[in-house]
Amino acid sequence: MEKLIQLSLSGIANGAIYALVALGFVLIFKSSDVINFAQGELLMIGAYLTYMTVQQIGLFWPIGVVIAVILAAVVGVLIEQLVLRPLIGEPAISVIMVTIGLSSVLRAIVGAIWGITPLPAPQFLPRDPVNILGATVGMDKLLAIGLALLLFGILTVFFRTSSEGIAMRAVADDQQAALSMGISIKRVWAVAWAIAAVTAAAGGILLMSIFGGVSGTIAHVGLLVFPVVILGGLDSIPGAVVGGIIIGLIEAFAGGYLPPELGMGHVTPFIVLVLILLVRPYGLFGQKLIERV
Amino acid sequence: MGLMLGGFTALQHRLTKEDPLMLELNNIEVIYNDVVLVLKGLSLKVDEGQIVALLGSNGAGKSTTLKAISGLLKPENGAVTDGEVRFLGQPIHKKDAPTIVKTGIFQVMEGRRVFEHLTIAENLQAGAYTQKDPALTLYHDMEMVFNYFPRLRERRTQKAGFLSGGEQQMLAIGRALMAHPKLIMLDEPSLGLAPLMVEEIFRIIKRINKEHGTTILLVEQNARLALEAADHAYIMENGRIVLDGKPADLKDNADVREFYLGMNEVGGRKSYREVKHYKRRKRWLS
Repeated sequence: MEKLIQLSLSGIANGAIYALVALGFVLIFKSSDVINFAQGELLMIGAYLTYMTVQQIGLFWPIGVVIAVILAAVVGVLIEQLVLRPLIGEPAISVIMVTIGLSSVLRAIVGAIWGITPLPAPQFLPRDPVNILGATVGMDKLLAIGLALLLFGILTVFFRTSSEGIAMRAVADDQQAALSMGISIKRVWAVAWAIAAVTAAAGGILLMSIFGGVSGTIAHVGLLVFPVVILGGLDSIPGAVVGGIIIGLIEAFAGGYLPPELGMGHVTPFIVLVLILLVRPYGLFGQKLIERV
Repeated sequence: MGLMLGGFTALQHRLTKEDPLMLELNNIEVIYNDVVLVLKGLSLKVDEGQIVALLGSNGAGKSTTLKAISGLLKPENGAVTDGEVRFLGQPIHKKDAPTIVKTGIFQVMEGRRVFEHLTIAENLQAGAYTQKDPALTLYHDMEMVFNYFPRLRERRTQKAGFLSGGEQQMLAIGRALMAHPKLIMLDEPSLGLAPLMVEEIFRIIKRINKEHGTTILLVEQNARLALEAADHAYIMENGRIVLDGKPADLKDNADVREFYLGMNEVGGRKSYREVKHYKRRKRWLS
């Protein structure tokens, strides 16, 4: 029983982080139809920027985190303006190839600046074990869940009430109609990339703190975005949240209950991906859009 | 003294009564994909406070004309290659759509195009996107829209995708009002709607024009209704204006009667049984 609770909590914590990263992916896809294979690298950049501000420069950690997140948003907007804007009107496959290339370039840049050996992460989240129903979980994991929930809450309010948020949903619904009422689509894309970079950075900071270190491999979490968004539906924000948590739980249970030498924890999310594509390709909450590619 | 007074009143007259010309298209040419010539030197004028109808058959270039004004050609690979569009004296044919909306032109696109996954209130809020301080005026403006379209008030929290076609058209017009435009361009507001609903929508369009003073440029296939509502009408064919005038005069034009109003030369409504497969004249210009 304790094992179940323990696995559930750490699964939900990881899942909340996946959901944060997937959320950015969904936002970019919804507003601009770009499938962003560099989402994991945005997470990595967020983590390394925090390493820079907190560890290297030595800022008090809340200030360091805020500055890192702002810098990450700037990086997101720059990527959109310099890399993706010139590709408007190009076929989807070219855009996908460019984001794959972009992910390699970003890794190389990070490697050139901070090196490729793992670095010790600044420890600012409390890691004291907490006892819940007999199971012990690190405080940092609970904080990860709480922070993810807070971010989802803020984004929900943003999308429901603010003029900019409603404009983003309008663009996702009907680009030309949105343009006809004076909504600047380029601006919406820039905002989407900024938010995607911020949520990915938040995920990166949490992961770095939980792992206790940062290295280029942190970007591999980006691959888990695909099981998450395929399960939840490529164009669904609630789907990203639900999908993230389900994938986190599946990963934790498969890793915890199946023989560890099989390494099933890392494989099951992708088995789920294949199954979902076979059974329900538009995911749990996605729009049924039939398209020949 | 009398002369001076006369000069003064003339000056005052000129100051208060401004030039009524609001929108002017001069010989514009529109090309899609660098090859397809759709508008071939089209000119038209819209005076302030009027309802102007633009009629014509399918493919005449009516929607293209509206998009050339509102700056929506670019996403479709079209461009104004010659001539100019002036709004309140300023050339606007090189500006992008958001700038044009801010100067006061709002196009209600063909097929309603409401945001189906947004609620009615959110659709209206999206329409107010260009307003400088929407938080202050949003409530008041929504009330103004609900006054014209009371049906929308009851369903304000519902998703727009669940509305009927007529209600969606109302929402599309309401969304335009939220931007406080000086000129609303309506592209086929009657498309696919039941006759009763069409009548209601036309009544409201006339009310908006009268009470709000909003100028309206109306593209329609339903020539009878459009001519009833309009102060001035243009007829397009094949990328050109072929005829224009007061609706009353156009209604008496034999060609208009036969092609657009479906009447025979005697004046009675033609029965479909008697429709013969020939046209009085094949083209307006030939």
